[in-house]
Amino acid sequence: MVGIQSFGAYVPFCRLSRSEIAQAWGGKSGGGEKAVANHDEDSVTMAVAAGMNCLNGVNPQSIDGLYFASTTFPYKEKQSAALLAAALDLRSDIFTADFSGSLRAGTSAIRSAIDAIKAGSAKKVMVIVSDLRTGYPNGTHEKDFGDGSASFILSSDDSLAVVEGSYNITNEINDVWRSDKDTFVQSWEDRFVREKGYLKVLSETVSDILKEYNMDAKDFNKVVFYAPNPKLLSAVARKLGFDPKIQVQDSLYDMVGNTGAALAPMLLCAALEKAEPEDRILFAGYGDGSEAFILKVTKQIREFKPNRSVQIQLSTKKMINYQKYLRWREIIPVQPPSRPPTERPSAVALWRDSKGGLGLYGVKCKNCGTAQYPAQRVCIKCHEKDQFEPYRFADKRGKLITFSHDNLAATTDLPVTVAVVDFDEGGRIMCDMTDKDSDEIKVGMPVEMTFRKVRYAGSIYDYWWKCVPVRI
Amino acid sequence: MESIKDKVAIIGMGCTKFGENWDMSLTDMVVDAAYEAFEDAGIEPKDVQAAWLGTYMSGLSGQTLAKPLKLAYIPITRVENMCATGSDAIRNAAYAVAAGVCDIALALGVEKLKDNGYSGLPDTELMQGLNFSENTYRSRTFTAPGHFAMMATAYFNKYGLSPEEGKRALAMIEVKNHHNGSLHPKAHFQQEVTLETILNAPIIAWPLGLFDCCGVSDGAAAAIITRKDLAKDFRPDPVYIKALQIAVGPQEGYMSTEYDWTYVEETFRAGQVAYQEAGIKNPRQEISIAEVHDCFSITEMVIYEDLQFSSRGRAKDDIEAGFFNLDGALPVNTDGGLKCFGHPIGASGLRMMYEVYKQLQGKGGPRQIKNPTLGLTHNLGGTPGSATISVLIVGN
Repeated sequence: MVGIQSFGAYVPFCRLSRSEIAQAWGGKSGGGEKAVANHDEDSVTMAVAAGMNCLNGVNPQSIDGLYFASTTFPYKEKQSAALLAAALDLRSDIFTADFSGSLRAGTSAIRSAIDAIKAGSAKKVMVIVSDLRTGYPNGTHEKDFGDGSASFILSSDDSLAVVEGSYNITNEINDVWRSDKDTFVQSWEDRFVREKGYLKVLSETVSDILKEYNMDAKDFNKVVFYAPNPKLLSAVARKLGFDPKIQVQDSLYDMVGNTGAALAPMLLCAALEKAEPEDRILFAGYGDGSEAFILKVTKQIREFKPNRSVQIQLSTKKMINYQKYLRWREIIPVQPPSRPPTERPSAVALWRDSKGGLGLYGVKCKNCGTAQYPAQRVCIKCHEKDQFEPYRFADKRGKLITFSHDNLAATTDLPVTVAVVDFDEGGRIMCDMTDKDSDEIKVGMPVEMTFRKVRYAGSIYDYWWKCVPVRI
Repeated sequence: MESIKDKVAIIGMGCTKFGENWDMSLTDMVVDAAYEAFEDAGIEPKDVQAAWLGTYMSGLSGQTLAKPLKLAYIPITRVENMCATGSDAIRNAAYAVAAGVCDIALALGVEKLKDNGYSGLPDTELMQGLNFSENTYRSRTFTAPGHFAMMATAYFNKYGLSPEEGKRALAMIEVKNHHNGSLHPKAHFQQEVTLETILNAPIIAWPLGLFDCCGVSDGAAAAIITRKDLAKDFRPDPVYIKALQIAVGPQEGYMSTEYDWTYVEETFRAGQVAYQEAGIKNPRQEISIAEVHDCFSITEMVIYEDLQFSSRGRAKDDIEAGFFNLDGALPVNTDGGLKCFGHPIGASGLRMMYEVYKQLQGKGGPRQIKNPTLGLTHNLGGTPGSATISVLIVGN
């Protein structure tokens, strides 16, 4: 039976208190805080983070397919899943696809992965969902939206939760949308969105799947639903006869916010972290229709230890102010640094350096065993020529050898912390440090690697790796 | 392997005012520096038989030198070796003279940086290529201050200095350099600065503040070089070359965990071979004056140790004792250094030699030190962990 073999979520380190927004514009804050992608993050980098959390000991080379879902891809034309596969070190003879266009892109990708495995075209499919949507300043969406991602490996065996059933409805409606010319999310009048959109379609889908599989509300230990906000989640739960306090997975609105296509998948990760064998979970996404799944947790769940749980990520954070948020999202233009404009990266050099740059591969000398980054032709230690094996640094931890907080660098967010890192298993890298509290940086502190956007120039996004204090 | 010691002499030097030379073009600066050197040596431009132009980014090929000076149909080579560019121009000219292929050579360094509209060095793709070799297009956002500040962090950490203690020692270096610069009419910055001002200045790249970093300047400097046996035909007090060394690192410090960021291996190596070439056993006692590459205060502090003026971890004691002050036992950067005289990349090595040359001739004016016999110049191109170093030694 097809099921979930592994899962991992990613909650950005930075948070913005809703009262900060309210303070700037006036009006009610709504309470709590939202998770905010750093200035060097986007849907792709958050996807890599969730993917790394999800791989959690699974050999990346064993993955047969990668489906990436988001409504906020960095490129309109150019596959983001291919970029993810390179960063996550997946094989090249696999099926990769981007799923987009709807807030249920994530559940659609999960559904497609299940179908592919059932049809026998793949054994192990990785699904990653990531979103970074922007609401109009001083609008409800701005307060509601958060950023984040989730990843699952679906497989025909070793499942910690099996998929007992699935069901979906398609529904053409302009309730919440973004045209190809929009930066900010649009929506129709609240009452229409609520009555004829979310409440109607989600409850129909859930009622239908229960009917189809001959179950009722009492058969479920947990229900995990996409919801634009906690009020609507309670409303739909009550309408369907679920106990909001006991059965309904919390929407994380107070700590993360509505992460769009990634919300239901992230909530499923949070639910699975607390699940017990034999638990039954009802999982549903919404957007231009709805998809629902019935999951049954197996005893395998006891063997599974999440790699950086949602709980841990919720408790490790840094508050930012609203001014930073506006700057990071390029909502207000600011005076550019007094530096020459960034030149466009060479597509040729990016292509040639794909394994080293995206996969963070260096080499290890077969003669003297010295790990080195970037890849060399002549060993830095023993000077042997071409006696190397590829060596990946992305998943290795290290220690901070030295650093500086640089206020002069041309970047969106100063200071840039520049760092020298020695890996615990050998090798050194010089890179930027991100997701940090400058006052707490100390020589010798443990760090790990994270995939980030290092520049955008000439319509090309340039991604590389940075170090980050270990998030425990 | 033969030594260059006492084979070649400098018989004339020139140097423009360094600074934000808004009203001077590259041509103006080349002409002023070269003609001061011609006059100093008592030669005509037509006497120059070969020339080396040092410039980092202000012009390509020997034509950049031939055009303003109208040097006609002689061999001219453009030299580029990062911040060691000017010193490498001297080295190449001296080697040609020593080889006997020309009797009078010109080495001139020039940089015109203040036409570009930015207060730092342009962060060119070329520079990224040099720094990141294999990862040319996936760069870090490091700046030069960021790189050198990492050396300060590591140094403070290794020797147990609190940021306050470390920054205070660094500030004392800059108090000295500002004092020296205030005594030179050609220096970019000519004002004294107090310890408090330095310590309270804004942070550029932690732990380095504004006064820990040298500025960016325009400028040019030139030297006329001839054989030792011809030197006294031109002047009674030529300055003789004792050692010319360059050490270029393979960027080991960026990749090898053996490098701890508290020293610059290339400086140590270049110093060692230069001392050997010049026959110097105890540099702390034998060197009378040194002009070193103080692109940042921490760089000067580490250079004291790498050039064996101070023992490892003890530079602070020497700084506090005034050892490197104008009236100290080994005055360093008597003209204000990069910090105050200025740093037009390709011209800096020649500017350092200009000061040492004048001091050895007793023409240091209010900065004149007592009875100098041996002078050293040092340049650091690149960064800690990946440097191109020159060490030149001259004497009378």
